[in-house]
Amino acid sequence: MNKAFPLLAVVVAAMLAYAPVMIARTPYESTMGLVQKIFYFHAPSGIVMFLSAFVCGIASAVFLFKRRASADRLALAAAELTALFGVIVLISGPLWARKAWGVWWDWDARLTMSLVLWLIFMAYLLLRRYGGPGSDRLAAGVAIFGAANVPFVYWSVNVWRTLHPKTSVVPRLPPEMRGTFLFCTLTLLGLYVLILAARTRLEQRRAELESLHLALED
Amino acid sequence: MKRIKTFIVALIAAVALLTPVAAVAHDQQQPPKTADTEYEPVTGEEQEQLPAAPLVIGAYAVVWLAVIVYLWSIWRRLSQVEREIAQVARRIEAGGRR
Repeated sequence: MNKAFPLLAVVVAAMLAYAPVMIARTPYESTMGLVQKIFYFHAPSGIVMFLSAFVCGIASAVFLFKRRASADRLALAAAELTALFGVIVLISGPLWARKAWGVWWDWDARLTMSLVLWLIFMAYLLLRRYGGPGSDRLAAGVAIFGAANVPFVYWSVNVWRTLHPKTSVVPRLPPEMRGTFLFCTLTLLGLYVLILAARTRLEQRRAELESLHLALED
Repeated sequence: MKRIKTFIVALIAAVALLTPVAAVAHDQQQPPKTADTEYEPVTGEEQEQLPAAPLVIGAYAVVWLAVIVYLWSIWRRLSQVEREIAQVARRIEAGGRR
């Protein structure tokens, strides 16, 4: 594993510890009040989910067309992380919605498309787990379609009428909210890089174990 | 002169009647500021009508719990693979000595 890993781990741990303090010090939003503070982890988790879906899709394309096993290992790790951050987004969002909109869930474009994106990556993981021989290539195709879905999920709030805040919210954040949002986004991106490296390492060691088993049979 | 007086009275009446209408129309032209297009910090005392704290705490607990459980699952799987690698390496080494 890279030598930068322990250093990054320390930095991310410090940022994770400081993030709640920074969020607590950020002023309340005028119409939503305290519940809007979910935004500082909800939206960055969504960004990480989208990034992870792209990483999985690109790595899957490299695996399909260049036959690189390392790309397949990265794709599998990224798919798991897309599912993980998807769970965070899909649980923290309704907790916000309950107070801000008065309902836990609404079948509007953004919410439904986010759920579908998460389901696509769950389908990828199920294929990898139970698909049998050759399922890695089939799953790679699913991942490419999953990644292609991301821009539609992102733009859905601007194209269709939805309850969900539009993409203009982030660029228009006032300075006292923008700093906290950027800090939390960087924290979760750092955490993502760390977990992705650890999960890819697990797949690499599994591949080495498989080679050893083959060597033992010979 | 009477015509001028009538004209002035009519003009004042028209202005008096149209001013509120124009003001209402102007208000309607200004789109209401909503939280789905822009966020702004609250000014003055904070007002909360429904308790939001359990929802905020719940959301952050989910984030921490999900990450911790996932990290634990990676650590557990990695330990198992490392154990198996050590076992297979020992078997290969023992086979090579014979």
